[in-house]
Amino acid sequence: MQKNYIIAGVGGQGILSMAAIIDVTAMNSGLYVKQAEVHGMSQRGGSVEAHLRISDTEIFSDIIPLGEADCIIATEPMEALRYIPFLKEHGTIITASKSLINCANYPDKEVLDKELQSKIHCITIDADAIALSCGSIKTSNIVILGAASNYLGIDEAQYIQAIKTLFASKGTDIVNMNICAFSKGREYKN
Amino acid sequence: MNKKLLLGAEAVAVAAIDAGISGVYAYPGTPSTEITTYIQNSAEAREKNIHSRWSANEKTAYEAALGMSYSGKRALICMKHVGLNVAADAFINSAITGCNGGMVLLVADDPSMHSSQNEQDTRMYGKFAYLPLLEPSNQQELYDAVKYAFDFSEKISLPIIVRVTTRLSHSRAVVVQSDKRPQNALNPSTQENSWILLPANARKNYANLLEKQTQLLEESEQSFLNKSIQGSGNIGVIAFGIAYNYAMEIKTTHALDCGVLKISHYPLPLKTIEAFVKNYKTIVIAEEGYPIYEELLPAYFPHTTFVGRLTGALPRMGELNPKLLGESLGITLPVHHASSDIVVPRPPQLCQGCGHRDLFEELNHILEKYEHKHVFSDIGCYTLGALPPFNTISTCVDMGASITMAKGAADAGLHPAICVIGDSTFTHSGMTGLLDAVNDESSITVIISDNSTTAMTGGQDSSGTGKLYDICKGIGVLPEHIHLVVPIKKNREHNIRILSQEIEYKGVSVIISQRECVQVAIRNQKKS
Repeated sequence: MQKNYIIAGVGGQGILSMAAIIDVTAMNSGLYVKQAEVHGMSQRGGSVEAHLRISDTEIFSDIIPLGEADCIIATEPMEALRYIPFLKEHGTIITASKSLINCANYPDKEVLDKELQSKIHCITIDADAIALSCGSIKTSNIVILGAASNYLGIDEAQYIQAIKTLFASKGTDIVNMNICAFSKGREYKN
Repeated sequence: MNKKLLLGAEAVAVAAIDAGISGVYAYPGTPSTEITTYIQNSAEAREKNIHSRWSANEKTAYEAALGMSYSGKRALICMKHVGLNVAADAFINSAITGCNGGMVLLVADDPSMHSSQNEQDTRMYGKFAYLPLLEPSNQQELYDAVKYAFDFSEKISLPIIVRVTTRLSHSRAVVVQSDKRPQNALNPSTQENSWILLPANARKNYANLLEKQTQLLEESEQSFLNKSIQGSGNIGVIAFGIAYNYAMEIKTTHALDCGVLKISHYPLPLKTIEAFVKNYKTIVIAEEGYPIYEELLPAYFPHTTFVGRLTGALPRMGELNPKLLGESLGITLPVHHASSDIVVPRPPQLCQGCGHRDLFEELNHILEKYEHKHVFSDIGCYTLGALPPFNTISTCVDMGASITMAKGAADAGLHPAICVIGDSTFTHSGMTGLLDAVNDESSITVIISDNSTTAMTGGQDSSGTGKLYDICKGIGVLPEHIHLVVPIKKNREHNIRILSQEIEYKGVSVIISQRECVQVAIRNQKKS
């Protein structure tokens, strides 16, 4: 078993928290994990990506080879589209529907949606609305992660445990909000 | 068995703590910063009283580490590749002095220049200094290599270099910790002559260093970091450091019959290489960096064909990856979904609420009336002032160069000669240049855009916080030409007036444009 995921978004959208939850979940399930992330300049409102690989055998490359990503998990639709050359032929995109426009020549929303839907199996989610229903828009990324978890394998309980571990220092309210966001994301049907 | 999910950088930190260091000395720089921040945040490091405060620059860091080693204790030094240029004097000469307590220099290179101004290869520095260099390929190896390096350093009485690249430093994997070693007791060196590099001593020490090369080579030849995987085909890959991962990814996924030799320990183990090379007709040389050994090896093995960055089998520059290694071995990775042409670049930008923004707006307004609109700048978040909507700055070369370049331009007759430098960059390498300008009475306007942190690398403490006015005054800038301004909208007219007036002053003026970094402010608010 080997699974490759690209997690994509814009600096500040919580890409690395999403990756961390999958990492811990995979490690606690006894799997090999490699996760290459982007730091530094890219954090300032630029594109951010993490390459995440989990496997039951040794993983060599920290970067996912072209054409071998099972899923692109994105917090922003244009960022989802940026990485499609990495996607497997029958790979899946799970992305938040809301655009974050902070650059020149951002594509027209209809064109963008059409591009995403026409080529690839793509699930778009109004993650902000779901996150708000859990108490904070800041949990949008965890909603996306919940929806993506349906495609990643590994028991739901392991994810919940990882969320509890990683958010423990921020208090019970934050933990519960994130569990709510994860669960509602997981239940989401396109 | 203690398993941890660690970034490569964090694996270095954990290994150094487990190896019994008494201090880490560093200046922040991507992709090396997380090593020191990990140690700063470690309760275990605090308990063991491990020094971890940031140094003013890489040279002061290196020298302090050398002093700790002199005293018999173990020290780790961390920097990005270009930081070693700053520390080079201390570094090269530490090969001549040798060390007492174990000393490991961790350098993080940045091929593809993800956040750097060049992609210089630290392996060159290893050769230059005649020091051993380790280049692990994964996080576990990195942990093991750092621990080994401290022991080896003490055994051979030389500093050891460990080279990582962005991809390893910023990639996470599970690391298993091994036994912890106690810290060294105070035991200052008694080898006086080896530390006093008067020519007579230096000659002896240098001869000693050259003599040690045989021993260093033997250590490379039997290193646990090198690995040979024989293949049944005609092609062999010599993969250096992390290039091994890409070679093995392709070999295992596509069931190739090529051999793979991983080299992670220098000086180059030539016997190991000879034993591998003789089995193949063609050798692909995969180096994550400069084609250093691709230049060298064909002369040793004239009957073998070598291909790599110099022959076009791999690109001449930039980071390697599975696609590129695949192509060098005749495998084209499939692209099922072509890039979409509606996707546009999303460059990084200054945060909303950042003081640099207001400063650049003020400067652009002032420069409108000048024919020459040049602003010499430096390395930090404010380098983003080069991009729209500001397009304010004209240069960014190396730490501190803004002040000295403005000075040289003023010497050449350029007016205005304005420079913008951050607070941390100023104390790193700007202060000495300011002294030159003061002594020469150069007509320059120095703007220290002071956000009281080292922001670009994530908000580390800045050495000059609260001291900038006194530093400038102490260097000799006249107090009436040192101004403190706060770059916010309501002060705009006032700030423009001060800046305009000082730009026309025929001498050195310093404007400290001071507003806390918005990211650090948010973080501090969360803490309180």
